[in-house]
This record gives sequence, structure tokens and C-alpha cells, in this order.
Amino acid sequence: MEIVVSLAIGVLTGSGVWLLLRPRTFQVIVGLALLSYAVNLFIFSTGGLRSGAAAVLSPGEAGTLGLYVDPLPQALVLTAIVIGFATTALLLVVLLAARGLTGTDHVDGRERER
Amino acid sequence: MTGWMEHLVVAPIVVPMVAGAAIILAGDRRRRLTAAIGLMSTVLLVVLAAILLGLADSPTVHVYRLGNWPTLFGIVLVLDRLSAVMLALAALLGLAAFLFSLGRWQRAGVYFQPLFQFQLMGLNGAFLTGDLFNLFVFFEVMLAASYGMALHGSGVARVRAGLHYIVVNLVASLLFLVGVSVVYGVAGTLNMAELAHRMREVAAEDRGLLETGLAVLGIAFLVKAAMWPLGFWLPPTYAAATTPAAAILSILSKVGIYAVLRVWLLLFGGTAGPSAGFGEAWLLVGGLLTIAFGSIAMLATQNLPRLAGASVMISSGTLLAAIGAGQVTVTGGALLYLVSSVLSIGAFFLLIELVERGREVGADVLAVSREAFGAGEDEEEMDEQDTVGVAIPGTIAVLGFAFMACAVLLAGLPPLSGFLAKFAILSTLLASSGPSVSPTTWALMAALILSGFATVVAMLRSGIDVFWTSPAARAPRIGLIEIVPVAMLLLLCAVLTVGAGPASAYLQSAAEGLHLPASYLQGVIAAPGESAGP
Repeated sequence: MEIVVSLAIGVLTGSGVWLLLRPRTFQVIVGLALLSYAVNLFIFSTGGLRSGAAAVLSPGEAGTLGLYVDPLPQALVLTAIVIGFATTALLLVVLLAARGLTGTDHVDGRERER
Repeated sequence: MTGWMEHLVVAPIVVPMVAGAAIILAGDRRRRLTAAIGLMSTVLLVVLAAILLGLADSPTVHVYRLGNWPTLFGIVLVLDRLSAVMLALAALLGLAAFLFSLGRWQRAGVYFQPLFQFQLMGLNGAFLTGDLFNLFVFFEVMLAASYGMALHGSGVARVRAGLHYIVVNLVASLLFLVGVSVVYGVAGTLNMAELAHRMREVAAEDRGLLETGLAVLGIAFLVKAAMWPLGFWLPPTYAAATTPAAAILSILSKVGIYAVLRVWLLLFGGTAGPSAGFGEAWLLVGGLLTIAFGSIAMLATQNLPRLAGASVMISSGTLLAAIGAGQVTVTGGALLYLVSSVLSIGAFFLLIELVERGREVGADVLAVSREAFGAGEDEEEMDEQDTVGVAIPGTIAVLGFAFMACAVLLAGLPPLSGFLAKFAILSTLLASSGPSVSPTTWALMAALILSGFATVVAMLRSGIDVFWTSPAARAPRIGLIEIVPVAMLLLLCAVLTVGAGPASAYLQSAAEGLHLPASYLQGVIAAPGESAGP
């Protein structure tokens, strides 16, 4: 379980960083989205990973606090998702404005001279 | 603190939030109404900040528990002297930038007013919050508003610089989240005071992980503070932003400094046990490099807004290096420098646009190349007959005087507060190091003095260009409402100079509260009325 999650986070981060360093704005925004998925998974995993456990209560036994997953990382990840979503949407608008104003989708607003 | 006074702590966040919402509801087109709401909110913030400054000047910190939950479960706001000073700075700069924007800039695009209010809300929240995750949330509120402010007025240059600014800050926010979650995973809390307690008890094998998490967090702060390799986004963004937006953005880099001051001194200060002093050298060296970069940028540029951006970097570097020196008295001096530099840089950003108004585009570049190639000399001889005896127009005289005051303040020359602040840092550095002065102290002193020298050279050169070599064809038309904020900020610096004694005593006790956070820790953990929680 741990190895799958950490591999997923690693692959997402790696692809995200690679895309972030590309010269096209669209690649950058996709890279940022991938990075934010990686970070969200990472926050989520700090609450502890368990497979095959019941969501809240197992049938036929009284619930104890020991069965619960730490709820705080889930609250954090929810906030992070909302904020990340909003800022990515804003960036998308700026990206379109930059494309319209500069006539190119290069991140510097002009093509590199060859 | 009883009754309604208790709720004053949360007011700096609530007032701009309500005002911003009200402005949106009123509609962006009703300029008079929105301006009135905005003015009410910014003036109210100044009043609140003055009250809170008085309230914070006590041995205990004021803790406001939102929803009255016990500290460890709920969200706390903490008011101590440093927060109060930062709130006051944000409020004053906000008022100045707001008045300035009424002149004409608020009409350069839509929704300037509500964004401005939300910007203030995010700033105030970041200064007041007592836990790391809410610091993140308020950072995001502040940044989201600042994206809009930086892009206000649109145009190719703004969108181009804004794109970089947004991407860099989004990545920094992701690093912030990684740092926060590592810290939570190891320590199990995000409340700063509780975290400081648990820092001492963390098992030896987990300490490395915790320190890594905090270092990642620190990188996010230092991106905001524009430390050298992380701060390349700053000059283009600030230079491209509209004037009032640039003025209010200039305090954003100080939020990064505030976060470093608060979190780093609380968690890695002298009383932090085995982790004490973690990353101290990084702050010092990074600060020195930032000063060097800012000075070179300042000498290299021929354009006033970029010059102001470089001076923001110099002031960030000075503060980081002074914090990295790790002495209580030096931090006190650094806080005085913080106050002085926020006010003077704010005034400078506002002044630049007034000075540049009415000049031909690129006049400063032309002036320099004329100098270099000796072109245009014949022309000047022809004109000489006419120009002799022409009086300097009153507007230009006022602007020139304000420019001079800014130059003196930024460079740290006597008699204004910039000098006192730099002197406070330097003298305490020397006094605390005893008979043998360490190389780092020498380096810091040299950096402070040389950066001041670079500022003098750069400001003189641009002052000569702007006012003497290539003055505006006719005196620019400047409204009273635009020169008043500049005068107000400069006057505050003068007041700070005159009242330097009480001000530095206040800031010194703020610095003591940061270095020896016992009262902060006790105040937050054992907040009164613990039993009242649900």
C-alpha cells in the first residue's frame, strides 16, 4: 500500500516538475495541476494509510477512537484542493490573456531567438 | 480585556472582508459609494491598529479563540507586539495606497476596490494567525488578491510579469503545503506554540524529518521575502504593476520576513533545545547575497520602478541577514528598519508615478545614452539662452523634495529614520560581539554600508536625470489626493525619527518577545477560559 502511494506521488511530482520547466504555458499549467495532485496525495497520506479497514465502524463491535483515521489531514487536503483549484482557474485566465496579448504561448511572452 | 474589547483582535480581518463584500454587492460602477465604503474600512483599520498597538504593549499576549474551542482543537489568533506593528504598517500603507488610487488608478480596470480590501484582509490575517495552516490560508487570500492587483490595468507587460509571478507563487504554495504536512505528520500539531513545545520532545530519529519539513516551509517563506536565488520574480512584477498596487504589493515581501521572524524564532530560537539555531547560517548568507544582488540590480537599472524593486530586495536582504545574526538587540534594530523601510518604499512607489507622469516614454534611457555618446550637445547649446532663468515649477519642487527624502530614507543617511534604523543594527552588532569582531559581522556591516552607497549613487543618478537633465516638458498635473499619501508616509518617517526612543523601546520588547517566547507560549497554550470550550 505504502509503496503504491509513494510511487504515485513520486511519478506525479516528477512529471509535474518536468512539465513546469517546459517553455509553453499550457505545459506549465498541466505541470502545476499534476504537482498539486501529488501534494494533495502527500497530505492525505500523512494521516496514515490502511487498507481493507471499515470506513467508520466495523459491524458488530463498539467503535473506539483507535479505529478512526486522523481527520485533520483530510480537512487540510480539502482546503488545499479548493484553493489549488481556484488559483489554477485564475492562472488559466491569465494564460489565455497572455496568449491573446503577446500572440505566443511561450512563458516569456516571446519566442526565443534562434 | 473584557466584553467587546476582546473581539477587537479579530476585527482587522472582519472589517476588510465585510467591506470587500459590500463593495461587490454595491456594484463596481458606483464609484462614489464604493470609494466611501473603502475609505471607511481603511480608516477604521488604521484606528483599530492604533488601539491594538496599545493593547499589545503588555507582558501577556492576547489570544482570540475563534468559536471558543480549546486552543489545541480550534483556531487561534494571537496578538503580540510584532503582530500589532505589522498590522499598523499594513493599515497605514493601505490608507496611503487607497487614497492614491482614488486619483485615477481605480478606474484603470474592474474590481480594484474589492481586491484591495481582500488584500488587506489576507495581510492582517497572516499577521494575526497562530497556526501554520491558517497562515497558509491567509497567504492564499493575500496572494489571490495580489494576482488581481498585479494584473490590474492589464497590458502586455503586466500580463507577462503577472504570469511569472503567479506560477512562482503557486509553486511556493505547494512547497508550503508539503512543509505543513510533514510537520503535522511528525509533530501532530500545527499550532505554532504547541509545536514549539513538541519540538523539544521529538524523538532523535524523527528530528531530521521535522527539520526537513520546516526547511521546506522556510523556502516557501523566503520565496515571498525574495531571498536571492528565489526572488527574481520581484522586480519585473512590481515594476509592471499599477502604482497603488505596487505600493501595497511592497509589503507582501515583508509578510515573508514576518513569517520567518515568527516561525523561525519561535521554533529554532535560543530556547528550542537541540534544534536551536537550525538554518541560521542560511539566513545570514542568503540575506547578504540578496543585499549584493539588490545593490547590483539598483546600479544596473535605468528605470525608476525597477530601482524601487531593487530597493525592496535590499531591504529584504538586510532584514534576513540581521535576523540570521541571531541577537535580540540586532532583531530590535531590524524591526525599526522594517518599519522605516516599509513606509519609505511605499512612499517611493507612489512617488515614482507622479515623477514619471508627463515625461516622454523612455526619457531616462535616452538621457543615459545621450551622456554616453555625447549626442545632443549642439541642441543644448541652442536652448541655453531660453532656459536660463526659468523658475522651477512648484509641483516639481514638491516632487523633488519628496524624491530627496525617499533617497535619504532608502540609503540610510542622516537625519531621517533610515539612518537611525541602520545605525541601530550596526551599533548593536558591534556592541554584542565584544572585543573580537567575527568575519560574518564584518561582512554584514560592509554589506549594509555598501548597499547604502549603491542606493545613494543610483538615486542621485536618476534624480539628476529626472529633474535636471530631461525634465518634463511642462509640470505634470497632479491631484492633491495623490501627493497627500506620499507626504503622509514621509511625514510618518519623520515622526518615527523624532519618536525613535519610544518606538525602538517598543520594538526592542517585541524582539525580546520573539527571542524568549515564554509569554507567547504560555499565553497561547493556557489561554483564559479554557473550560468554556465545548
